[in-house]
Amino acid sequence: MYKIVNKRSLIPGQTSMLVIEAPQVALKAEPGNFVMLRVHEQGERIPLTIADADPEAGTITLVFLVVGKTTAHLDSLEEGDSLQDVCGPLGRPTEIESRGTVVCVGGGTGVAAMHHIAKGHARAGNRVIAIVGARSESLLLFCDELAGFCPEVRIATDDGSRGHKGFVTQVLQRLIDEGEEIAEVVAVGPVPMMRAVAELTRPYGIKTTVSLNSIMVDGIGMCGACRCSVGGETRFACVDGPEFDGHEVDFDELWRRLGQFREQEAVSREHFHQCRCGESK
Amino acid sequence: MTQEQSAKKGRKIQPRVAMPEQPARERSGNFDEVALGYRREDALAETARCIQCKNPKCRKGCPVEIDIKGFIGRLQQDDLSGAHEIIRQYNSLPAVCGRVCPQESQCEGACVLAAKGEPVAIGRLERYVADTFAASGACEQLTGTRECTLDRPLRVACVGGGPAGLSCAGHLAALGVKVTVFEALHEVGGVLVYGIPRFRLPKAVVRREVEAMRALGVEFVTNWVAGRTFQLRELMEQGFDAVFIGVGAGLPRFLNVPGENLLGVYSANEYLTRVNLGRAFSFPDHDTPPPHTGRVVVVGGGNVAMDAARTALRLGADEVTILYRRTEAEMPARAEETHHALEEGVKLRCLCSPIAFNGDADMKLTSVTAQLMELGAPDESGRCRPVCVEGASEEIPADTAVIAVGTRPNPILLEATPELELNKWGYIQADPETGETSMPNVFAGGDIVTGAATVISAMGAGRRAAKTIAERFLG
Ligand SMILES: Cc1cc2nc3c(=O)[nH]c(=O)nc-3n(C[C@H](O)[C@H](O)[C@H](O)COP(=O)(O)OP(=O)(O)OC[C@H]3O[C@@H](n4cnc5c(N)ncnc54)[C@H](O)[C@@H]3O)c2cc1C
Ligand SMILES: Cc1cc2nc3c(=O)[nH]c(=O)nc-3n(C[C@H](O)[C@H](O)[C@H](O)COP(=O)(O)OP(=O)(O)OC[C@H]3O[C@@H](n4cnc5c(N)ncnc54)[C@H](O)[C@@H]3O)c2cc1C
Ligand code: SF4
Ligand code: FES
Repeated sequence: MYKIVNKRSLIPGQTSMLVIEAPQVALKAEPGNFVMLRVHEQGERIPLTIADADPEAGTITLVFLVVGKTTAHLDSLEEGDSLQDVCGPLGRPTEIESRGTVVCVGGGTGVAAMHHIAKGHARAGNRVIAIVGARSESLLLFCDELAGFCPEVRIATDDGSRGHKGFVTQVLQRLIDEGEEIAEVVAVGPVPMMRAVAELTRPYGIKTTVSLNSIMVDGIGMCGACRCSVGGETRFACVDGPEFDGHEVDFDELWRRLGQFREQEAVSREHFHQCRCGESK
Repeated sequence: MTQEQSAKKGRKIQPRVAMPEQPARERSGNFDEVALGYRREDALAETARCIQCKNPKCRKGCPVEIDIKGFIGRLQQDDLSGAHEIIRQYNSLPAVCGRVCPQESQCEGACVLAAKGEPVAIGRLERYVADTFAASGACEQLTGTRECTLDRPLRVACVGGGPAGLSCAGHLAALGVKVTVFEALHEVGGVLVYGIPRFRLPKAVVRREVEAMRALGVEFVTNWVAGRTFQLRELMEQGFDAVFIGVGAGLPRFLNVPGENLLGVYSANEYLTRVNLGRAFSFPDHDTPPPHTGRVVVVGGGNVAMDAARTALRLGADEVTILYRRTEAEMPARAEETHHALEEGVKLRCLCSPIAFNGDADMKLTSVTAQLMELGAPDESGRCRPVCVEGASEEIPADTAVIAVGTRPNPILLEATPELELNKWGYIQADPETGETSMPNVFAGGDIVTGAATVISAMGAGRRAAKTIAERFLG
C-alpha cells in the first residue's frame, strides 16, 4: 500500500497535492515521468505526472485537477490513508541537455508537471524562464517554487488579476519579440494551450516540446489506448512519450480521443456521488 | 502389432464423453464460464477410454511432457491424489492448461485414438484433476507436509507474472528455492488475467494457482516495471543469483491503414484489458469504462479475435462480425473457441481485410472498407497466401472495430537492457535448450522469446529455465 504522508489543497475542491510513500518510484523518478495509480480495489488505473520526488524521504508528489470520479475520490482521501497501487516511474524522461535558455510554459494543473521538467533543465545549467498561466490569481500554482530556480517567472491570468491580462502565448510572443535567444520551449497544460504554443513557435522554428495527456489503460505499452499521431505516424504516449515534438503532434485527434468516454465518465461521476450520499446518511 | 491395431482389435472404444456446457443462448448474456467441467462419472467414463499404450504418443505431444498415461492410469484406479501428484510434477498451472491449451494439436492430436477420430479428452481430465484438488493446500500436495521449507541457498527473480514466469517460479519453489516474482501490473497472471476472458478462464482459477504458489513461499511484488522501476543488473547486485524474464510480447500491432485512430477503433488488448483487468463488465461498480459496442467488427482469426468477439456479445453488442483474410480452415484460433463463438451468434466473414476505417465529422467510426481476398499459393507458413481480388472491396457499417492481428515486443525492458541480445524479429535471443540469454544467469522464455504463442509453450520455457537454474546452482 502506498501511504499519503501529506495532503494540501492548493485550490479547494479543485486542485490538490499529495505526497505519497513510494520509495522505489522516488528513487528512479526523473522529470517527465508519470505513475499509474489505482485509488482502491474497484478503481480505474489513471496516469498522473510525478511533480516532484524525494528519494531520501522515499516520497513522490502528485498534483491533480478534480475532473471526474477517480480524481474526486483521490481528493476525498486524507493524510494517513493509502492508495491501492502506484506503478512507475513510467514514460520516457524529459530529454535534458545544457543548451542555453529554455522557456517552460505551464497552464492549469500542467504547471505541476512543468515544474519538475523546469527543475531538471535548471539543474542541467540551462537558464529557465517560466511562464505560468491560469484563469485568475487564486488559481495560479507553483509560482514561488519556480522562482526558486528560475531567474524569471512571468505570469498571465485571463482576468488580469495578476501579471499579464491574457494568455501565456501572448507572454511568450513578447519574449520572442524582445529578441530572447530561445533554445527550446516546453509546454505542459490543456490541449488547446499546447496547440497554441506550438503554432506560435512554428514559424520561428523554435524546438517545442509538449507533454501529451492521452487516455491510458495500462501505461506500459500493452493496450494502445494512448496512441496519438506524431509526424503522421502512430506513437504510444506511454512508452514513446509522453513528450513529443509539438510541431508534429495531431492535436485535433488527441482532443477528440480524450472525449471518447465522456458518457461513461458522467455515469461514473453520478454513481460516485450517489454512493457518497448513501454513506453519509 | 502396433498399438493402433491392438486398439482396433481390442474392445470397442466408447465415444468421447461430452463436456457439460452452459447453453449458448444463456451464456452469451453472461460472463460465467462456458465449459462446466466433468463430473466424477464423466471423468471416470472418459478415463476408461484410455488404452494405456505401451509407447504412449500423447506425452510427446505435450510441451511440458506430462506423464499423461501415468496420471490417467491413476484415475483408472480411482486414485485422484496420485493423478494430481503426477501432473504437478510437470505442470504448475494444470487448471489453467486444462482450459486453454490447444489440446487438439498437442497431446490429444498425438493420442493413438486420434487416428480413429476421437482421442482421449486429456485436457478435460487434466482440468478435472486440478479442479478437484484445488481445495487443499499446495505444499501438502507437493511435499506431503504443511510447511514448505525454503532453505536452499539460492535466490531467483522472475520478471513478469504470466504463465512463463509463474511456471519457472513454481518449479523452483517446489525445490525449496526462494523466488520473487516482479509484475508490472497490479495483478499477477499475465494474459491469463488481462487477456483471456473469465467465461473461458475464471479469474478465481488463476488466483487459486497463484495462491498455491504463495503457499509454497513464492513472493509476489506487483506494480514493478523492469526497465523503469528497476534494472536487471540491479537484481544481481541485490543478491539474486539468477533471473528469468517472462514479460510477454505486449505491444499491440495495428494494420497501419487510414482511420485507425478514429473513436471506436480499439486494439484487442485494450478491449480485453478494460473488461478483464479493469472489470468493466461491472461498470459503474468498477470504475473502468467499458469499451463501446453497437455493431462490432473484429479483425483477425486467432484466439484473441474470438475472445474479443465473444466479449463484445456479452457487453451487449447488436451484432459482432469477425473479418478474416483467409478462410475458416486457416484460422489459427482453437477449433473449440471458433465453434463456441459461432454458436453464440458471432458472424464470420472470411476472405476480406480492412483497408480503411471511415468516420463522421466527430471522428467516430461509421464503417470499415474491406478489400476482398482469395487464396493464392501457400506461403512459408504452409498456409495459402491471401491475395487481393483486384478492384473488389466492400463497405461494412460498424460502430466499433477491434484489431486482433498480433503483437510486437514491448520496448520498455529491452531498451533499458542493451546487454540483452535480440533476434532478427526483435525478440530476446535465448538458448532453446536452457533459455539462457546473452547475459550470464539471465534466462528468458515465453512470448518474449517466441513471439505470441501458447500458455503451455510459455510454461514449458519457464520449466526448462527452472531446471537449468536448479542444476547449475543446486547440483
Ligand atoms: C502522462 C499523463 C500525465 C498526467 N498528469 C496529470 C497530472 O499531473 N495532474 C492531473 O490533474 N492530470 C494529469 N493527467 C490527466 C489525468 O490522468 C486525468 O485527469 C484523469 O485520468 C481523470 O480521471 P477521472 O476519473 O477523475 O476523470 P474522468 O471523468 O474519467 O475523465 C475526465 C477526463 O480525463 C481524461 N481521462 C479520463 N480517463 C483517463 C485515463 N485513464 N488516462 C488519462 N486521461 C484520462 C479525459 O480527458 C476525460 O475526459 C495526466 C494524464 C497523462 C496521460
Ligand atoms: C486474448 C488472448 C487469448 C489467448 N488464448 C489462448 C488460449 O486459449 N490458449 C493458449 O494456449 N494461449 C492463448 N493465448 C496466448 C497465451 O496467453 C500467451 O502465449 C501466454 O500468456 C504467454 O505467456 P508469457 O508468460 O510469455 O507472457 P504474458 O502472459 O504476456 O505475461 C507477461 C507478464 O509480464 C508482465 N510484464 C511485461 N513487461 C514487464 C516489465 N517490464 N516488468 C515486469 N513485468 C512485465 C506483464 O504485465 C504480464 O503480466 C492468448 C492470448 C491472448 C492475448
Ligand atoms: S491418452 Fe491416448 S496416447 Fe496417451 S496412453 Fe491414453 S490412449 Fe495412449
Ligand atoms: S496506455 Fe496502454 S499502450 Fe499506452
